[in-house]
This record gives sequence, C-alpha cells and structure tokens, in this order.
Amino acid sequence: MWIAYKTIVIKEILRFIRIWVQTIVPPVITTSLYLLIFGGLMGGRIGQMQGIEYIDFIVPGIILMTVIMQSYANTVSSFFMTKYNNSFEELLVSTTPNWIILLGFVSGGIARGFCVGLAVTFTISFFVEIKIFSLLIITITFFLTSIMFALAGFINAVFARTFDDISIIPNFVLLPLTYLGGMFYSIDILPSFWRALSAFNPIYYMMDAFRLGFLGIGSVELWKAFLVPISMIIVLAIVANALLNRGVSIKTE
Amino acid sequence: MPLALSTNHLAKTYSNNLEALKGINLKVEEGDFFALLGSNGAGKTTAIGIISGLLKSTSGEVEINGLNQKNHSNEVKKMIGLMPQEFNFNPHEPNIEILINQAGYFGIPRKDAKLQAELLLKKMELWDRRFDVAQSLSGGMKRRLMLARALIHRPKILILDEPTAGVDVEIRQSMWHYLTQLNDDGMTIILTTHYLEEAESLCRNIAILSNGELVLQSNMKKLLARAKRQVIIIDTIEKVSNPIEISHCDCVVLDENTLQVSRREEVSISDVVSALSEQNINVSHLRSSQNRLEALFLSLTS
Repeated sequence: MWIAYKTIVIKEILRFIRIWVQTIVPPVITTSLYLLIFGGLMGGRIGQMQGIEYIDFIVPGIILMTVIMQSYANTVSSFFMTKYNNSFEELLVSTTPNWIILLGFVSGGIARGFCVGLAVTFTISFFVEIKIFSLLIITITFFLTSIMFALAGFINAVFARTFDDISIIPNFVLLPLTYLGGMFYSIDILPSFWRALSAFNPIYYMMDAFRLGFLGIGSVELWKAFLVPISMIIVLAIVANALLNRGVSIKTE
Repeated sequence: MPLALSTNHLAKTYSNNLEALKGINLKVEEGDFFALLGSNGAGKTTAIGIISGLLKSTSGEVEINGLNQKNHSNEVKKMIGLMPQEFNFNPHEPNIEILINQAGYFGIPRKDAKLQAELLLKKMELWDRRFDVAQSLSGGMKRRLMLARALIHRPKILILDEPTAGVDVEIRQSMWHYLTQLNDDGMTIILTTHYLEEAESLCRNIAILSNGELVLQSNMKKLLARAKRQVIIIDTIEKVSNPIEISHCDCVVLDENTLQVSRREEVSISDVVSALSEQNINVSHLRSSQNRLEALFLSLTS
C-alpha cells in the first residue's frame, strides 16, 4: 500500500512540475501584483491594520490564498483529468485501496500548495521582510488548510462532468470566501452584522491562525481556529471516501 | 484442466435498464487461448469489465483460478492483466512512467518496476520512445504500450479487448506472434476481436455472445468442423464458360477467368483442382471467399 501511495504522490508532483508554467508562474506573478498594488501603491495611504503596517498585514493572507487555490486546483484538475482520459481505470484494475487513492491525491494537493506557497513566500521576501511569530502555528495551519481544500477539490472533481464544472467553485465560491475571510482587512473593523456573518466562513479561521503564526496577532482563539478546519476535514474525508467506494462517476452503474 | 476463469449466472443491467448480460456461465481453462466473440453490443466489453473489476455485476459470481472475485478482490486483480479496447492512459505522461506507475499501483517497488518496464518496452519496440509522451505515439504503438502495461505486474490471465483494432498488418502479425509466445509460456489469454481470422488462427476455444446471452461455447476445431461448406474463389489460366460441373460442388462462373466454387467438407481442395484439370482448366490462384468462422458466427448471431 505504501508503494502505491508513493507512486500516486510522485506522479502528482511530477505532473504539476512538468507544467510549471501553468502551475507555479501565474501565482508568483499574481502575488507580485498584489504586493505592488495593495502594499506598495495603496498600503502607504491605508496606514496600519491591527497595529501592523498594511503591507506586512496582507502577506499571510496572500500566502494562504495561494495555498488554498493551489491545493484545490491540483486535486480538482488532476482527478478530473484521470476521469476525462479514463486513466482512472489504471487504478480501478489495480490492488490500490480507495482510501490510498484519496490519500495520494490529497497529498499531491498538499505538495503543490507547499511548493507554490514557498515560491510565493520567496517572491514576497523581495518586497517585505517576512516575520515569523510561530513556525509551528504556520505549519499546522498550512497542513489543515491544504488538506481541507485538497479534499474539497477531490469531491468537486468526482461530480464534475465538464471543464466548466471544475472552474465554477474556485472562481465563484473559493475566491470570494478568501477575500471575505479577512485577507485584506481585519474582521474587527467590520460592522457587527458582517462580523457575525464572517464567523460562518471557514477561511476566516484559517486566515486568522496563519496571521497569528506570522505576525503574532489574531482575533479568534487558536483552538477554535484549528477545530473548524479539523471538523471540516473529517466530514470531507468521509464524503470523499464514500464517493470512491460507491464508484460515483468512475464506475458505470 | 483447472479453470482459470468461471462465471456463474453473471448478469449486468445498467441504470438505464439495458440488460447487457443475462446470466452467462463462462468457463476458461488454465493456459487456454480463448476467444470471446460477439457483435457490437453483445456484452463482451461488459463481461470483461466485470471480470477485471472495472464494473460491478448486478448478480452472479466470478471465480479466477478458484478464487471468488468478491471475497479475494486483491488476489484476483493481481492475476489479471487487462488491455482495454479504448486508450485509457494519460496522454501527457511519458511512456515509461505509465508502466512504472501501473506497477506501483500493484505494489511493485520502483526499482523492480523499472527493470520490468525496460524489458517490456524493448519487447514492444518502444524503448527508443520511452521518454516521449504517450500522445505522440501512433495508434499501433499506443496499442503495444497498453499491452506492455497489462503485462507489467506479470499476470496469469491476460484479457485483450480488441487488441489489434486499427493496427497495421505487420504489427498485428508481430503481436499475434508475441501473444502466442506468452500463451506457450503458460499464460491464459482471453481475446475479444472483430477479426474472426485472428480468433480462428490463435484460439483453441471459443464462446459467442449475442444480446447478452452465451449462445455457444466450444472447442475451435469442433466448431469449425460444423462448417459444412466452404466457398472458394478460383482464378483460372484458361477461359471458362458455363456449365462447369464438379461433383458435390456448386460452381458459378464469375467472369471468364474466375470461378466461385461452394464445396462440401468431404470434397477436398485438391479434388476440386483435379476435377477442373480434367476439364482442361488449370488453376492459377485460389482463395477462400469467406472465413469459415465468419459464416458460423453470422449464422449463430443473426
């Protein structure tokens, strides 16, 4: 089982490295633009957020957004393509158990989130000095976030029938939730209604914990910030595994 | 001889109520070269899909080398190598990676997988193209790549669904040669094909499916013996005109140098040639107008 798992992970990593122009370069360019526009050009006028320079404040959010989008994109596109070109049959005829298949694809998503996140962090370091308050909190938040969104991407791919189906959720759900999760601002500055609404956005908790890891500032208790993604990971993992076991959209009924 | 494959009342009804298999009982002996024939939509691919684990059956059982497929899923999967009809690999992946990954899915360590992949790619004359992506291969090369992938985990039973579809004559001949070698080495081979001459020349036993039912399962020689008549086309050196008479045969003059002779099994081809020679007609060339198996197949499935 370990060999099968390793095979899927290596395959996934080689896949996104092979197409690095599509997978690594665009987030790096987008990040540079974010920093240039929101940090460099507008940041000076905005001043400080929660007592931190604005350009420093947005850094954790930009990195986490990259992790979210890339972890999701990797599993959704890779699993959808295996369905599209029927290469999933390679796994179906083999002895690889379904939970290993799921673990392999999710690990691929984590790997891409890590690699692109690292590339983006490296790019950011040219613009600002990156501060680290707690590497442990950063690491835990990174893993929880990438696992959760890799699982969500996997489920999206199971149900996707066309290429449109794999771009709808990232564009119309993930991106807005990321922006509204406190990427560019502190939830504390919102009116109470919007602040209460933000509590239903899971990305808000991850964003808060990630910012705590980098800058040492946060609005939510850390245990709560970890509990939300852990709970979601458990639910998503159960759903994804059940879908695989039932052969939804991979075995003709 | 012990059975490599047996199905017991295997049935499949798809969610759209299409009854693809209606309780078939298929028996394939170990070491056999077995043809599973049927017209389009007869249920061959469905049967193969269930046997290899790609599809779930609605009811019935499959046993591979005496092991129940449902109770011994992994052991059964290890024993089967499948070469499906449609290309089902990632076209953007290098050929050697496709083989190494498939071995990995069966738990074969990467080091061993590389050696086995090298062996198979060389056998399939694809070694020089090992780092090319699969989509750059020709149709025949892709088929050979799929055959190599089916063999990467050293299965005992090889299932081939239309292996030579779209393959040129030369490559088809070399694939036949290689498959015969594998069978001689003890591998059980189950073949579905639309080329009936392929089944006739390679397979020892045969089953014919029609509308999801098994209409025949027989030894190939015995089956071919049932073909009472054979139609041959004869090119003559001398010009021929009606009437040509050969005992127990029906002769039709197609043109001044071509005869069509329908002969009964007790009349040999040399009897036909001798009879023509007695009428001062010499044969320059002769060929079968219809494959014997083809005639039987049509009579059984129509």
